[in-house]
Amino acid sequence: MKKRLLPLMVAALCGMLLLVAGCGKSIADQDVLQHAKKTNTIVWGVKADTRLFGLMNTKSGQIEGFDIDMAKALTKEILGPKGKAQLVQVTSDTRVPMLKGGNIDAIIATMTITPDRQKVLNFSQPYFNAGQSLLVKKGSRIHSVKDLKKGDKVIGVQGSTSVDNIQKAAPQATVLQLSDYAQAFTALKSGQGLAVTTDNGILYGMSEQDHRFVVVGGTFTKEPYGIAINKGQTAMTKRVDQAINTLRRNGTYEKLINKWFGSVPGFDIKEVE
Amino acid sequence: MQNFIDAYSQVNLNYLLQGLWVTLEVSVTSIFFSFIIGTLLGVARYVKVRFFSAFVGFIIDLIRNLPLLLILFFTYFALPNIGVRLPVIPASIVAMTVFESAMLAEIVRSGINAVPTGQMEAARSNGLTYTQAMLYIILPQAFKAMIPPIVSQFISLVKDTSLATIILLPELTYHAQIIYGQNINYMIPMFVALAVLYFIVNYALSVASRALNRRLSSGIR
Amino acid sequence: MFTILANNWSTLLSGLGYTLMASLIALVGSLVIGTLFALMEISAHRWVAVIGRVYVEVVRNIPLLVITMAFYVIVPTYFVQIDGFTAGTIGLTIYTSAFIAETVRAGIESVAVGQMEGARSVGMTYTQAMVQIIFPQAIKIVIPPLGNQFINLVKNSSILAFVAGFDLMYQGKIIANTTFNTFDTYLAVGLLYLILTMPLSYFMRHLEKKWNVA
Repeated sequence: MKKRLLPLMVAALCGMLLLVAGCGKSIADQDVLQHAKKTNTIVWGVKADTRLFGLMNTKSGQIEGFDIDMAKALTKEILGPKGKAQLVQVTSDTRVPMLKGGNIDAIIATMTITPDRQKVLNFSQPYFNAGQSLLVKKGSRIHSVKDLKKGDKVIGVQGSTSVDNIQKAAPQATVLQLSDYAQAFTALKSGQGLAVTTDNGILYGMSEQDHRFVVVGGTFTKEPYGIAINKGQTAMTKRVDQAINTLRRNGTYEKLINKWFGSVPGFDIKEVE
Repeated sequence: MQNFIDAYSQVNLNYLLQGLWVTLEVSVTSIFFSFIIGTLLGVARYVKVRFFSAFVGFIIDLIRNLPLLLILFFTYFALPNIGVRLPVIPASIVAMTVFESAMLAEIVRSGINAVPTGQMEAARSNGLTYTQAMLYIILPQAFKAMIPPIVSQFISLVKDTSLATIILLPELTYHAQIIYGQNINYMIPMFVALAVLYFIVNYALSVASRALNRRLSSGIR
Repeated sequence: MFTILANNWSTLLSGLGYTLMASLIALVGSLVIGTLFALMEISAHRWVAVIGRVYVEVVRNIPLLVITMAFYVIVPTYFVQIDGFTAGTIGLTIYTSAFIAETVRAGIESVAVGQMEGARSVGMTYTQAMVQIIFPQAIKIVIPPLGNQFINLVKNSSILAFVAGFDLMYQGKIIANTTFNTFDTYLAVGLLYLILTMPLSYFMRHLEKKWNVA
């Protein structure tokens, strides 16, 4: 008689499993471009912790920045003026798993095109040429990468190329990897490290937010940002490339660059285009 | 002091409350599901059906011995690789439910164990089926003893939702981090706000549990 | 999964080391602090008891992450420089101490009140009675839940991943990010956690059963 409970239990467990499995349509394998056209929506993975590129405005609850405006302009270009851009927050360490898992259609989140990443992802043409640099407290003894000595702590963000780059450029320094730029900047302010290292564009944003911190030493790498799309999504990749060309031709691109970076001191627009 | 006044601006408070809302939403949903699933699993483990109970027991032990953080990562980042793709809020709820169900199953099992075996025998000899005896006689008695540990598990659950900041669940702790990330002067006010808000929610839970416990135990006499 | 384990063995092992170290330090620390606050809670001095009670209630109801982040960002900004590992371990210690205080208090209270009165009536001081009569009896009641607290500690030490504390979870995240093989990496990390916690948890259950029978 005891066994009467068994079917009940088995049924409940099976139900649970079905529920979980049922949510998992493998969207990563579909043609993203067609799916986007069908739903009239492109789901973009964007940063929400990076001033100038993608930053959460706590007042409006909206994310704002150059990447965001690009995503919106590209969506209109690809799907027509009624196309919707859905923005999903990512960080450097969450964006690739989310794209691979099909949570998002494309990444436009200060992402450098690298050979390693090209093995597992498709990239558009570069839409912004950044370079890695250092952000330090004003008056710091660190003036460039060369000043980093043994035991000096540099703060980076997990999943970003800047961590690998700094380990090559200053192998003797210790790198602390935090999960996003907001955390990294907070850690620098609390003195957890001597410098934050990442791309100059992101660092200028931090320095603009808090003038006690400055970008030093120029750039020591080249970091071309691209839009990442899943491997094998050739149609989408081509379409995005075309759309970037159109935006460059019709002046939208330059307008957006000027809107976000025009007033940043020490920023050379010619360098990034 | 000025920092506190600036930090608790209307805008920031609204943003914090939005976060609190997500925290509560995820907590309540997970509590609901994990209570049901946890009870089923606890009973399944208790009844000692050959192989099945041992298997359920083993799975429960596995989950109980893993960090919740890992389960969160796994649900959000690893499961999509095998075709299970969830947005951040459902993913958090699933991860919390899986973890808390296993924790609750243990509480339920030891709760049932504490009910004297004579109760089951008496119920069965009065003609109740095993399932009836379980539902009407054993479980109600067991639950009474289980209220304190279950509620403290729920309190853990509310606190543990903060771990989901790591998969960018827009809950209370994450929203506070965004606010102080943009202005370092707001750091202390934000941590004070976090402490107060979590304390209020959880303390209310434990006060409610004590009241419930008192009412139930006075009911017997 | 095994390729991940093989290729990153030394990294994962060092992560495991940090996890274990943080857990052990926090265990010792929280035992000391927890017992202290348990004694305060049962103190005859009203205000001492109130302080003990407030500490336990407040700490128990705030998430570990909030406590840890406070030590990681507030303490260095306004007071003294501490790194992620230290901040994480302090956070773990404080958080766990509240739970240990509860366990120890319940253990002491479950030893009958008469025992203390009896000990005092044969001329022992309060401290003597505590140390020689009450504690030895309470320990047996307290050990199994303490064991479970230690398992929780090992699991909770994954909080160090938030503050660059070099623990197992932190290293696992980095490996997942460099290999892009999230599924296998987290399986491997899970396996390593289980190697730490599973035996401990079965041992505790065994102990509980044995002492219940006795």
